[in-house]
Amino acid sequence: MKKQSFLKSKGALSFYSSLLAICAGLIFGLIILFFVGISQGSIGDVLPAFWTIISTGLSSLKGFGNVLYFAVPLCFTGLAVAFAFKTGLFNIGASGQFLLGSFTAIYIGVHYAETFGSATWIIALLLAGVAGGLWALLPGILQAYRNVNVVVTTIMMNYIGLYLVLFLIKKTTYLQLKNAALPIPVEGRIPYFGINNLFPGSKVQGAVLIAIIAVIIIHIILNKTNLGFELKACGHNADAAKYAGINHHRSIVLSMVISGILAGLAGAVVYQSQTMPIFSVVETIPSYGFDGIAVALLGQSSAIGTALASLFFALLKVGGEGMQLYSFSKEIIDIISSSIVYFSALSILFRNVINYFINKKTKDTVKVVGGKN
Amino acid sequence: MSIFYLILQNMWFFAIPLLVVALGGMFSERSGIVNIALEGIMLFGAFWGCMFLYWTSAGTGSGAMSGQLQLIIALLIAGGSGAVYSLLHAYASIDMNADQTISGTALNLFSTAFVIFFARLFTSNHVQQIKIPSTSFHIEAVPLLSKIPFIGPLLFENTYITTYIGIIILVIAWFVLYKTRFGLRLVACGEFPQAADAAGISVRKMRYFGVTISGFLAGMGGLIFIIPTSVELNGTVAGYGFLALAVLIFGQWKPLRIFYSALFFGFMKTMASVYMVIPFLAGLGMPSQFYKMIPYIATIIVLAISSKNSHAPAAEGIPFDSGKR
Repeated sequence: MKKQSFLKSKGALSFYSSLLAICAGLIFGLIILFFVGISQGSIGDVLPAFWTIISTGLSSLKGFGNVLYFAVPLCFTGLAVAFAFKTGLFNIGASGQFLLGSFTAIYIGVHYAETFGSATWIIALLLAGVAGGLWALLPGILQAYRNVNVVVTTIMMNYIGLYLVLFLIKKTTYLQLKNAALPIPVEGRIPYFGINNLFPGSKVQGAVLIAIIAVIIIHIILNKTNLGFELKACGHNADAAKYAGINHHRSIVLSMVISGILAGLAGAVVYQSQTMPIFSVVETIPSYGFDGIAVALLGQSSAIGTALASLFFALLKVGGEGMQLYSFSKEIIDIISSSIVYFSALSILFRNVINYFINKKTKDTVKVVGGKN
Repeated sequence: MSIFYLILQNMWFFAIPLLVVALGGMFSERSGIVNIALEGIMLFGAFWGCMFLYWTSAGTGSGAMSGQLQLIIALLIAGGSGAVYSLLHAYASIDMNADQTISGTALNLFSTAFVIFFARLFTSNHVQQIKIPSTSFHIEAVPLLSKIPFIGPLLFENTYITTYIGIIILVIAWFVLYKTRFGLRLVACGEFPQAADAAGISVRKMRYFGVTISGFLAGMGGLIFIIPTSVELNGTVAGYGFLALAVLIFGQWKPLRIFYSALFFGFMKTMASVYMVIPFLAGLGMPSQFYKMIPYIATIIVLAISSKNSHAPAAEGIPFDSGKR
């Protein structure tokens, strides 16, 4: 009996509907590959290419190390979006907060490596979080006190952040030769903590540990603390929360700031990496924030779910890198992941399907109505 | 004086797409469906419009089309594909009671991936940029009308046919929303759908109309944005769908106010792109990034001032439940 009640629990139900969304997205991707394969006359490539997408990240330790590498920033931006979502706020501005975090980490790493010595990386990381949090503060305040929709303000803050960061990079840490920011010296990079030995030959970073810690902290905040309860109460029913004596304005601002901190950390871990990725000075908003939305939605806004979803999207990403072997462009990955987001929006459809199967014996189909959580 | 006219002429290039897309958003939101997917629909429409132009201009021989007729057909294709694409949003948010922000975001994410993937597939050299033969669409001066003092240079010189289409859409939108049975019913569905339902209006049908109209206008707006401002479609409409959302809010969901706020934003965008030719601004020596920030900063300031007493449709974003009171 206990097993059955677990199968019917809310968490399990969310998990199944996410799984169904993933399956639907993968099938949709496969169909597109087939159409393209037929039109290009490379139909034989379709199944091997599809298999590459799914299996590359799982077939070797190196592959899985790469999955972890790509999962870390996705996990942070995913947590950022998920956290705000729990308070009923849709933070589309994770990309902007990400950029501010990146700049802060690069700036501290480049200019203060000698001052702070081996503690540079941790100071840079923390200040990057602060910068991201500050960038989310204004949208939070405007939502709370001026009733300005946070969706629109965070989008505007993305563009303002983009141009501001490009200006600051050009002013303070510019490498003319490559039209990019200066690379962060070794003191400013996150140490490996020995993790690279576990996955030889892969790009895996010590930031994996930091991501795990972040997931645990966010899980505890959301599920075990008064703060988390208040934030979730505001998300479920703002009026009821207000009536129960919860400071609604404060909750909105706080939730946005914590969300921004997480996005800022994402910006830091990407560039404080031992692989030394280049911050190019180009006028495009980085896609990490938008990917974070997909991650949070698939993870149904729970901390653990978000971590799992980030692993899944990273798996697709690693698989997409293998697409050059075949005659398909790697954007097929983005098609699959965005269609998964659409299918997770149809979660009610899936939940009804699942309920139908679970309750088939009793012929007692429970309709799940409403609710984004 | 020529700089003055140049700024105003350029303002139309930026303002008209915002106007058309925001009017589209108005129809959707007035019916009660939040449409954050405007950006994605714009891109999707622009893609099919550009592909049409690309294919019909490819053979420069006798069979190739060119000129205003080609552009008008492309605009209709852009609108039509946008309308079809928006049905996905309509289905999720009307029939499936999905969270409208999530469904809209999914459409935004999907169209970026789709456009880049299929641009690589369809273009002859497999790149994500789709070149547009835009030279044949530009109108130097409209005969006769451009001779009118002030109004001539302002409206009928250095222009595109899309400007006039945008104005026509504004007039039609105003008429449909306020003067037809359809428009009034649509508004009822966005304000108090249960009452509309009780009066015998099919809320579901009206909301489908609202979203589809927004898809048509947003898709068309995507191409209207690309034609005067760019020579190619490169997998993005540069956040214009989101700006249109801001225009819609600043315009308080009313056609004429949307027109004024589109002009305001168009003017801001123009200043950000032409400040170099204005001696006073160029002399200040401010970095270009600051001018590019201005439209977005202005948006936030304007919304912070105007949002407190906002007149958003009351039932916006709430799935329709006929039993609710």
